[in-house]
Amino acid sequence: MLKVQDINVYYGSIHAIKDVSFEVQSGEIVTLIGANGAGKSTVLQTISGLLRSKTGSIHFLDQDLSNVPPHKIVAQGLAHVPEGRRIFLQMTVEDNLSMGAFTRPGSEVDASIADVYERFPRLMERRKQIAGTLSGGEQQMLAMGRALMSRPHLLMLDEPSMGLSPILVQQIFDIIKELHKAGTTILLVEQNAQMALSVADRAYVLESGRIVLSGTGAELAKSDAIKKAYLGG
Amino acid sequence: MLSFLNHLINGISLGSIYAIIALGYTMVYGIAKMLNFAHGDIIMVGAYVCFFAVSSFQLHPVVGLLLAIIVCTVLGTLIEKLAYKPLRQATSLAVLITAIGVSYFLQNAAQLLWTSNPKLFPDIFNGAAIKLFDGELIITVSTLVTIAACIVIMILLTAFIDKSKTGKAMRACSEDKGAAQLMGINVNRTISITFAIGSALAAVAGVLLCTTYPSLVPTTGSMPGIKAFTAAVFGGIGSVPGALLGGILLGIIEIMAGAYISTSLSNAIVFAVLILVLLIKPTGLLGKQIREKV
Ligand SMILES: Nc1ncnc2c1ncn2[C@@H]1O[C@H](COP(=O)(O)OP(=O)(O)O)[C@@H](O)[C@H]1O
Ligand SMILES: [Mg+2]
Repeated sequence: MLKVQDINVYYGSIHAIKDVSFEVQSGEIVTLIGANGAGKSTVLQTISGLLRSKTGSIHFLDQDLSNVPPHKIVAQGLAHVPEGRRIFLQMTVEDNLSMGAFTRPGSEVDASIADVYERFPRLMERRKQIAGTLSGGEQQMLAMGRALMSRPHLLMLDEPSMGLSPILVQQIFDIIKELHKAGTTILLVEQNAQMALSVADRAYVLESGRIVLSGTGAELAKSDAIKKAYLGG
Repeated sequence: MLSFLNHLINGISLGSIYAIIALGYTMVYGIAKMLNFAHGDIIMVGAYVCFFAVSSFQLHPVVGLLLAIIVCTVLGTLIEKLAYKPLRQATSLAVLITAIGVSYFLQNAAQLLWTSNPKLFPDIFNGAAIKLFDGELIITVSTLVTIAACIVIMILLTAFIDKSKTGKAMRACSEDKGAAQLMGINVNRTISITFAIGSALAAVAGVLLCTTYPSLVPTTGSMPGIKAFTAAVFGGIGSVPGALLGGILLGIIEIMAGAYISTSLSNAIVFAVLILVLLIKPTGLLGKQIREKV
């Protein structure tokens, strides 16, 4: 479904992503783990077109995304929940959701909003509230609900557990599993390697901009190198 | 007492013009995070277009106004595309200097095309006025039209920004352009639309300004432009209700200061009040605390 080949991404003279290649098959949960600063967010931003690779290619559903502007990528079925959520803090919950459906025909928006409220009843309760007044967990739900409004084939999540209490982290991961069961393919970026590996079909480990290890979620969870570096022994 | 009321009405009328201009500054600032210093000169172009349409081609003033709106909308979007869009990643200082350059360019072009001899803007309303209290209180039709135009524009614009899909996209872009792009919003197009709306409003302001102050020269827009910018900052730059409040207050302060203190000091007093407000509330009267991104 998604095939990333040999991408190299720079911030000015900083070489942030080095020859990274990986793929996500339809129906999988794939996770990209790695320490802070490894380049995980950069990879996702490059896939959604906010950053550009100097080399290689990114194919999504057999289409080359290299020259597609970011605002046209979401319409192809690729949604990105960015790091730090980045919901529109001054807009209402419902307006945030309607922005998620920006590229879809107006007649379909209400039905999608109803779907999101069904999955996230908390958002329904707070629909008229300004998004900036939501708690961290609610903001994460809003960010995910907003991304789902585009009815994506592939959902990219950048550190959905960041800053949340263990109970909320569990809730968010339950939702990820539900979405996956409902047929959404997921590319999950996490620092919380343990949680990520527990839900992932396959995983890639990123270190200083390079992929240094890959395998199934279960394999990597058992690997000594991973245990040492990311799972606290 | 009646003279006070007279000054108040004149102040609200002048303030309405400032408010309509300030909307352009504040909307463009909200979304593009830049001060479009050429905005005042778009006003002047709009006034000239209406002047020629009505005086030289004998067209109806409403047609003149529509032509002014069309020309200014095209001009504003063109300026954005040619001068500002290439600088999207540049420092804000570079953009500011460019905007000042565009402002001088427009003034000089106007001087070249239309000379600096003042043109007498046609008296569209034939000096019609309502006389109350045995003629002690005179309200001109141009004053009434100006205030009414401001009210209508505020209502329509607020509804547009709150309710329409494009309006919501504008708010989304002003908060977070990257996130807006992830929603599928074309940020460049949204910025263009914002410039178009601001420039159309500048045309309206230009025509209204000249119905009250009919002497038209290439620098006609520059002082009202600066005042309206002040009004936008006063009310809280980026805030639409702030532009209205800032504009009206500025108009009233300016007229009152001129009437009761000194005409020559009225501008100084206006800016003194601005500085005072910014000292007490740095984001302006209705400005929101801007969350700095890390
Ligand atoms: N906007 C930026 N400008 C310059 N360097 C950046 C920028 N964003 C990230 N980097 C650098 O790129 C590298 C990868 O960052 P990032 O993709 O955010 O890592 P991760 O998401 O894995 O924590 C880091 O070394 C970081 O310092
Ligand atoms: Mg990151």
